[in-house]
Amino acid sequence: MQLTNRSKVVSKKEMTFVERMYLPAIFSGMMITFSHFFRKKPTIKYPEQTREFSGVFRGQHVLKRDENGAERCTACGLCAVACPAEAITMTAAEREPGEEHLYREEKYAAKYEINMLRCIFCGDCEEACPKEAIFLTDRKVDTMYNRGALVFGKDILVESLENPIDLSKRQTPEVKEFKKQKGYQHNETHDLNTRTEMDPKNPRPVQKKKLGNS
Amino acid sequence: MTLQSLLIYKGIMVLAVFAITLLVATYSTYAERKIAAFLQDRIGPDRAGPFGILQPLADAVKMFMKEEMIPSVSNKALFILGPSIAMLTACLTGVVIPWGKSLWIGGTEYPLQITDLNIGILYLFGVISLGVYGIMIGGWASNNKYSLLGGIRASSQMISYEVAMGLSIIALVMTTGSLSLREIAAQQSGWHWNVVYQPLGCLIFIICAFAETNRAPFDLPECETELVGGYHTEYSSMKLGFFLFAEYINMFISSAVISTFYFGGYNMPFIGRWVHDPNWLAVLGIVFLFVKISFFIFFFMWVRWTLPRFRYDQLMNLGWKILIPLSILNIVITGFVMYFTGSLN
Ligand code: SF4
Ligand code: SF4
Repeated sequence: MQLTNRSKVVSKKEMTFVERMYLPAIFSGMMITFSHFFRKKPTIKYPEQTREFSGVFRGQHVLKRDENGAERCTACGLCAVACPAEAITMTAAEREPGEEHLYREEKYAAKYEINMLRCIFCGDCEEACPKEAIFLTDRKVDTMYNRGALVFGKDILVESLENPIDLSKRQTPEVKEFKKQKGYQHNETHDLNTRTEMDPKNPRPVQKKKLGNS
Repeated sequence: MTLQSLLIYKGIMVLAVFAITLLVATYSTYAERKIAAFLQDRIGPDRAGPFGILQPLADAVKMFMKEEMIPSVSNKALFILGPSIAMLTACLTGVVIPWGKSLWIGGTEYPLQITDLNIGILYLFGVISLGVYGIMIGGWASNNKYSLLGGIRASSQMISYEVAMGLSIIALVMTTGSLSLREIAAQQSGWHWNVVYQPLGCLIFIICAFAETNRAPFDLPECETELVGGYHTEYSSMKLGFFLFAEYINMFISSAVISTFYFGGYNMPFIGRWVHDPNWLAVLGIVFLFVKISFFIFFFMWVRWTLPRFRYDQLMNLGWKILIPLSILNIVITGFVMYFTGSLN
């Protein structure tokens, strides 16, 4: 069956004298290369210029904290199950009394590791997470000198209290609307892009602040 | 001219030609990379200095700093001799090129040519064919089958194309009646460029010049797709640099020879109407020659980045079955035309 009419039938007919001289063909070929001489070059001069990422670029993961600064992850392991590259491992632990400001749920991840060499940045972990804890961000994964350093633990993955990670690029209102329809209502209690400013000594909400890239 | 001033003048000429040859060859490497890049919609080297203008310096530093490797199984003396011969013969060819008319200083004539051999063409051919020894010896001494194949290819290619090249020049010698390059250049004043009288010969000569300089589409001796690096596979550091450099010098000299033989050398039509001072004419002649040379160097690169490499049997077929008969035909036609137009007497 013919799907397109782009296929060409190969013909092995004798070349004409002009064709066998090759010179006209060489000349036209040289004209083609010469026309490229003045084309606009698509080069991006990297260190000075950077290529603009698409708005939905999926880079290094972040483990989000909730509006009180407590870690959202409950070590349910759904992300690890969803991960097609089997990049995620974790160890769960039980929250002790008095740690409520550190961990949102009664069970939390004592150890949480993503092997960045295995990860294919598909975003399935993000989709699987019932607690809106793990997200892929627009940050690139740094290069390292050895393999071990590319197994990122909680020290790198969990966002710091001082520098919350902005997710507004990918978690747009449309995306949230979409997630709602897919049954993510359990986490729609607050806007992910606002967070309470914390006083490290007195972990109590002080003021609300709109997160940005600052 | 006294002996002393003659020596000084010749010394200056030799040094100047040597320096210019090296300079042009150095910047040809830069031009090659830039032109290759532009023909392929890229930018090319642009980090060393503005527009990458210092790139040849960086390359030279790199070449000198690299580790010098001589394979333990190679023939050491010949291994070193190879690139030296290639470089030496490449530098020797600039001697007979007339770079311009004569300068007149204090009533004395100073021709802008190192020496005007009356058999300049023969000298040129002799030295150019010596150049293949560098490649052959280097390829053989490496004791590596890729290098050896490269060396063999270089020698057979050189032999095949030298025949056609020589035959195409014979027709030129018939019309000009001289073997001296200065004479040939001087005859082409105004529009009497030899390419008008010898179009076929010119085409054959240019094709053979590509083959003689081992430039694409005839770069079979190095042919990186099948022979790793061909004759210079085992070479590193500045010895490799010499081989590559010799190629660029050869390209420069070939461009100069093509311009001198067929494209009027230092002559430019109509310039005599505006400029009368012989010294200025001589200086302008140098400029014109270098414009022509630059064009041909560009042409060499343009062809390299357009045409794919020949297969080895195609190369031999082209040389023996097409170019040689064509150049013989060219001689016959030239002879007939000269006989019937009465310029033969
Ligand atoms: S992005 Fe995909 S591959 Fe990477 S950790 Fe998440 S689920 Fe696994
Ligand atoms: S990141 Fe989400 S899915 Fe993964 S263990 Fe924590 S709560 Fe579960």
